[in-house]
Amino acid sequence: MSDTSAEVAVDVTGGGAHNAEAMSHSGPAMKIAGYAAMVVVFLVVALPLYWILVTSFKQQQDIYTQPAEWWPKHFTTTPYHAATTQIAFWDYVRNSVIITAILSVTKIVLGVISAYALAMLRFPGRGLLFVVIIAALMVPNQITVISNYALVSQMGWRNTYQGIIIPLAGVAFGTFLMRNQFLSLPGEIIESARMDGAGPLKMLWRVVLPMSWPTLIAFSIITVVNEWNEYLWPFLMSDDQRTGTLPIGLTFLQNNDGTSQWAPIMAGTVLAMLPVLILFLALQRHMIKGLTAGAVKG
Amino acid sequence: MASVYFDGATRLHKGNTKPSVDSVTLDIEDGEFLVLVGPSGCGKSTTLRMLAGLEPVDAGRILIDGHDQKGVRPRDRDVAMVFQSYALYPNMSAEENMAFALRNGGMSKAEARQRVHEAAEILELSPLLGRKPGQMSGGQRQRVAMGRAIVRNPKVFCMDEPLSNLDAKLRVSTRAQIAALQRRLGVTTVYVTHDQTEAMTMGHRVAVLKDGVLQQVDTPEVLYDHPVNTFVAGFIGSPAINLIDAKVHDGRAEFFGATTPLERDRIGDAASVTIGVRPESWTVADALDKNGVALKVDLVESLGAEVFIYGSPEMDEEAKRITVRTDKKHRPAVGDIVRVTPVADEVHVFDASSGERL
Repeated sequence: MSDTSAEVAVDVTGGGAHNAEAMSHSGPAMKIAGYAAMVVVFLVVALPLYWILVTSFKQQQDIYTQPAEWWPKHFTTTPYHAATTQIAFWDYVRNSVIITAILSVTKIVLGVISAYALAMLRFPGRGLLFVVIIAALMVPNQITVISNYALVSQMGWRNTYQGIIIPLAGVAFGTFLMRNQFLSLPGEIIESARMDGAGPLKMLWRVVLPMSWPTLIAFSIITVVNEWNEYLWPFLMSDDQRTGTLPIGLTFLQNNDGTSQWAPIMAGTVLAMLPVLILFLALQRHMIKGLTAGAVKG
Repeated sequence: MASVYFDGATRLHKGNTKPSVDSVTLDIEDGEFLVLVGPSGCGKSTTLRMLAGLEPVDAGRILIDGHDQKGVRPRDRDVAMVFQSYALYPNMSAEENMAFALRNGGMSKAEARQRVHEAAEILELSPLLGRKPGQMSGGQRQRVAMGRAIVRNPKVFCMDEPLSNLDAKLRVSTRAQIAALQRRLGVTTVYVTHDQTEAMTMGHRVAVLKDGVLQQVDTPEVLYDHPVNTFVAGFIGSPAINLIDAKVHDGRAEFFGATTPLERDRIGDAASVTIGVRPESWTVADALDKNGVALKVDLVESLGAEVFIYGSPEMDEEAKRITVRTDKKHRPAVGDIVRVTPVADEVHVFDASSGERL
């Protein structure tokens, strides 16, 4: 997940436009190769999604049929009913919303503020601090999971929101992304704001952030999606619907009566996917470049 | 309104051995329009940024109205800056751009609005106040940048090449507008440019910088007529002055077969000098006149009212080309031989090695 996130982010900050330009200047062979790559990527992404969607409308006995059924023969919405009633679905939704909201807001605020300090303020050890943050980015979650688990469960935070939220609230990626964005802003505008008497917070809010919306929105979407889909840590921290998030709930659906009942699981997956999908569609048009047009250069 | 005094102001960038601005001392009067001019990298922008507080002063002082500005933040200096790139806030309309500093300074919304509208009136920006920078042309953005500076009614204007992003025609008209605006408002102005035409036409006085060192500060006329060294002579004036190495013989400078009288008490016993002859300080002589430089014409530029002839001396075709301005009646063809003589009392004489005026 984090790999794809990084790609989206880089794209927003500029790489994409250049690639597109280079593409249009090269020969037809490159063009065909480009389209072929797009088709492959589309199939890799879209086929499983389509399969999830189709399966969620199938009856249990139709799922394993050979040859594969690309359209449900016996169309049914029972799996959706099952997914929302066999487990405490709405409790899991509530937990997911609370945890995602708090984590996302925390990460975005911390990321923006720390990046702002690293980009705009001069203080001793600034470079070193940035290296430490990059280093933190290199450490996979899985490595720290055991020690975190020991610590948090000792504190008695299992099955609590804070037990899930606090260990996840670090933000190396956002700091890294937003710092680079802030450094890419035209220096003269920042100087101009300094001369116009804008204090640090006003500068951030009125000058720096409005020129950084595309990156900030990309960062926000990535964060929300990541938190919504976070599985390992919430799974370790919660035993049931008191604090479990939707992905955890879907696990319980799978184990409910011995055999895997894929249709309700797929239905639950579709339902879990919807909120982030809607969020993405709503925000993606803001991720366009060009908000700094007209700031500098005539 | 205020006077500005640079007292040996020096800026040494980290990692450099040579200062970018080297002990500049400059006294700018209240209400004066001073132009800082020089080739790129001469430290003129750095000098301006030191005044604005965007660069520290490593040695010496900068005084505004007699007060040392050391440690005074840019926002507290009451200095307004117009940047080369305009540096408008892209998310704000022209009106918000201009009101931003006023509102930050705690001015009421109504008063800020009134000030902005007055400034917009002066700059003919009134119909554009609701637009964002992205919806404006380069010239309009430039005026908003000017407006942002003048609404503040600051002690000093700092302008860093504000015209260099405009096209040639707009540059000429805006040049005149800025000069007129400065006279009208009477605000002390320091204006940075690399364009000697802007320097000559806009400022009360012009300061010429080279490699961070102040060469000469004076009115445009004095700079043109009495440059202190070959650098200033070469920088001011377009086309550039002809600098020619000449042998001194019998109280006269000899070059390419021609001679021109020198004042003996000024040159001392120097064996050679550099003489500077502006393109208009030549007269086209009779073809038979032996006391002239024979030029083989390489290029003729006819500008309508005047004609510039670029030619190599026949005696030494490797030498630098000489530029001669004539009126439109003299229009030789390329390849012709033209004899020219310098007007004796318009010849500048410089030391051959140091380049200082003699």
